[in-house]
Amino acid sequence: MTTPATTERTTARAASHQRPQYWNAPRMSWYESFYLFEVLRGLYITGAVFTRNMWKWCTGRKGALTAYYPEEIRADYAAHNRGKHVLTQREDGSPQCVACNLCATVCPAKVIEIEAALDPHDPIHPKYPASFAIDYSRCIFCGLCVEACPEDAIRMVKEVPALPGEDRDTMWLAREELLTWSPRRDVEKPYPPRGSSRQQDAA
Amino acid sequence: MIQDLVICLLFIAYALAVLPGLGTVLTWVERKQAAIMADRIGANRCYVRLPFTDYKMVWMGLFHGLADGLKMIVKEDWKPKVHDDFAYMIAPWVTFAPVLLVFAVIPFGGTFTPGEMLSAFPSIAQWFGDKSYPLQIAPLNAGLLIVFAFSGITVIGAMLAGWSSSNKFSLLGGLRAGSQMISYELVMGLTVLGLILVYGSVDLVEIVHKQSGTVLGFLPAWGVVYQPFAAILFLTAAMAENRRIPFDLPEAESELICGYFTEYSAMKMGLFMFAEFIEIAIVSALFVTLFLGGYNLPFMTDTGFKLPSGRVIEMSAGGILLLQMLVFLAKVFLLCSFQILIRWTLPRFRYDQLLRFAWRFLFPLAMVNLTVTAAVAWVLQ
Repeated sequence: MTTPATTERTTARAASHQRPQYWNAPRMSWYESFYLFEVLRGLYITGAVFTRNMWKWCTGRKGALTAYYPEEIRADYAAHNRGKHVLTQREDGSPQCVACNLCATVCPAKVIEIEAALDPHDPIHPKYPASFAIDYSRCIFCGLCVEACPEDAIRMVKEVPALPGEDRDTMWLAREELLTWSPRRDVEKPYPPRGSSRQQDAA
Repeated sequence: MIQDLVICLLFIAYALAVLPGLGTVLTWVERKQAAIMADRIGANRCYVRLPFTDYKMVWMGLFHGLADGLKMIVKEDWKPKVHDDFAYMIAPWVTFAPVLLVFAVIPFGGTFTPGEMLSAFPSIAQWFGDKSYPLQIAPLNAGLLIVFAFSGITVIGAMLAGWSSSNKFSLLGGLRAGSQMISYELVMGLTVLGLILVYGSVDLVEIVHKQSGTVLGFLPAWGVVYQPFAAILFLTAAMAENRRIPFDLPEAESELICGYFTEYSAMKMGLFMFAEFIEIAIVSALFVTLFLGGYNLPFMTDTGFKLPSGRVIEMSAGGILLLQMLVFLAKVFLLCSFQILIRWTLPRFRYDQLLRFAWRFLFPLAMVNLTVTAAVAWVLQ
């Protein structure tokens, strides 16, 4: 006497002797399953890519989508890419930064080190960073420092820091390197921003 | 007699320079070609700095092969505890040596007549007299049989390595290598039988000579014209012999770590890899010799070109010999590149598919090809 459950089990066992049927088994025509023609098609595709790229290389162009890093700077970074940091400058070239340490405080990777100093000749901004250094071996490029800054003194530009090295001690950028970007010469990102009260003051 | 020895040693030196050289260059070709096929740049960091200068010779990454070799030579030669030291030690050489030996019977140029070609050096020319040598290390009339005899030995190396490594993966790899190579050797032999029927000889020089004529007045009488199916089957089977993707089941990384040479390190492992690359060149040389007219361009003979229009272009014997050697190398190189194209295009078979492909697909096709060839040859007789 067989219960329905055992019948089910025996039929399952009987079926397991056969080749399993998959719902997504490929359905190929004889042309595809003959293999040779499809192989030739594949070879045509890869060979065409090879020939195209090789022709580019031979005629002095670049036949690859990848870049020589770090010799080559990618041209296709987005305008809002968070690459490396820059410190904005005042008109006299001194940093906009007032050494308030907000960026260093908010930094989740704790990569910013600021040493504040007193400038008695500038009564409006008496505090300034004597040294401002970022450790790019630990920076996670989150951009929180830019968000935190009350003075718009730190920004991020799309270019990445050219810092591949064999020693993490060499991966620091100091104040002088961060001050390379001058907003006066940048028409895309002017400082003070267009239409702001500061700009009216300046005018 | 001593002249023969000198010539033979010269040819051996040529083979020993060309084969490992080609093997090294092929590692670079493989890297670069794969990269270009995949829109990448490829290996480009290795350089040789000129001494006392800051000039770094990168040469498109050509030195990566040298770096590989150097690394394998200076690496620690770690040896596992195996139950059969002798078999373990000798296995890489059993794989490597026959690969080089196959080249002994492959003609890599026309006929070398020192007495005529070196007439600028009268003493040497006189010493050789009127002897002539086909550019072939061992002029044996059993050429093709020797090829099969030697290429059959490589599988013993793979199986020895798999057996003696005391490792399950190695053993599985060795077993797979054995079954795969025996299956595909059979297909290879059957396809070549058709060719022997067409040419009526197993001497490779003779086979190349037979291919220098024309068929139907305009087609070069190459093996690939006479036996197109055999050419495809032969190339497939030869690539399977070579154990590279899509036939690299004996060393399938995702299943068997590295197959039969899992337990080998340093230069012993390097020998397996090197043998693989030289075997690409050997397969190409064989295919060129059997199916693509050997060292001859279309309509080319040992005296010059005989175009189908009836025009005859005479060339000096030395010039044509040089041209033949260059043509042979160029053909071999192009075919190597084609094999690398296949290797980077097709996915790997499953193991059961691999053997089914050999026994249910290639083997019957080879039989049909042989039968048809035999029938046609009998009718034409």
